[in-house]
Amino acid sequence: MLLQLFTTFFKIGLFCFGGGFAMIPLIEREVIERWQWINRKDFLDMLVLAQSTPGPVAVNTAVFVGYKTAGVVGAIAATLGTVLPSFIVILVVAMFFAEVRDNRYVDAAFRAMRPAVVALIIAPLVGLVRGSKWYMMAISAAVALLVWYCGLSPVYLIAAGVVVGLAIALYSYRKGVQQ
Amino acid sequence: MIYLQIFFSYLKIGFFGFGGGYAMLSLIQNEIVEQRGWLTATQFADIVAISQITPGPIAINSATYIGYTVAGLGGSVVATFAVCLPSLTLMLLLTLFFLRHRENRVIQSVMKAVTPIVVGMIASAALLLMFPRSGENENFTDIWSWLLFAACLYGSYRKVNPILMILLSAAAGVVIYAIAPMIQ
Repeated sequence: MLLQLFTTFFKIGLFCFGGGFAMIPLIEREVIERWQWINRKDFLDMLVLAQSTPGPVAVNTAVFVGYKTAGVVGAIAATLGTVLPSFIVILVVAMFFAEVRDNRYVDAAFRAMRPAVVALIIAPLVGLVRGSKWYMMAISAAVALLVWYCGLSPVYLIAAGVVVGLAIALYSYRKGVQQ
Repeated sequence: MIYLQIFFSYLKIGFFGFGGGYAMLSLIQNEIVEQRGWLTATQFADIVAISQITPGPIAINSATYIGYTVAGLGGSVVATFAVCLPSLTLMLLLTLFFLRHRENRVIQSVMKAVTPIVVGMIASAALLLMFPRSGENENFTDIWSWLLFAACLYGSYRKVNPILMILLSAAAGVVIYAIAPMIQ
């Protein structure tokens, strides 16, 4: 069981290019359809949980499925499986990249990849911002300016967001009790 | 103690890393480039590009890479472990106590408050890559980079595979910046 968890998440980690959301169909196929470790309802709960918990979505998913299947040891086995492929690949890259970095062709390729990367980062913002209220956009713009232009650490802003969210939850809970 | 510094930097990144990879970029940037000065803005952009074409979450990729460049194999193990630790403990606790999660108002309320901040953080990550605060600006210095940027933005809009776009940009870069100057 532990070995199955490890190898399945190793596979997911190995084929998960470009971040968390790209791997959801693969997880669905492996974890729900093939091994039936969790059902579809738990899977949806897990997606919400994995996105609202800090940390990479891939790792959060592995912890959840691993724990549900084989307890804490299962969570660790699945996490190791998810992390190892990227760890090995990046380690190999890091070992050799410094030597080829100054090669004129490599340098040229990276010079052109940088604007492409920025475009890929900006692209999902359109979907995220669409339909949100003006004050939400104002907060986003203020955060972007504070972090980019003033060099403020995003840690404080995230912490502030969590506190505000907790306060709103507490307030609406109190109001609910009074009624 | 360099290992301790790496450990705490990545523990922080893992702990405050709401909203997935791109939002975590601005955390990593602030911690590694601005505060610790372990990488320049350009080196950071290189790692982001590498992360896009290699498997795995950007947080893990950057942890392994930066850990290795700063303190060798041991550094990469420490950084990767540290960035996973908050996920591992928080997810376990939440799975234990909040399994009926969709009905949980508190988490929903926190998520709602954090979302606009996450959006701003993603924007700042992009801005920092375009116009770094410190060091020499080596990005977006010519018309070609703006053209590539526009092409990839359009490509994302048309749902072109991101890995394909990065690789095509790399090929275009070799032609524009390495081969074309040789011919002239």
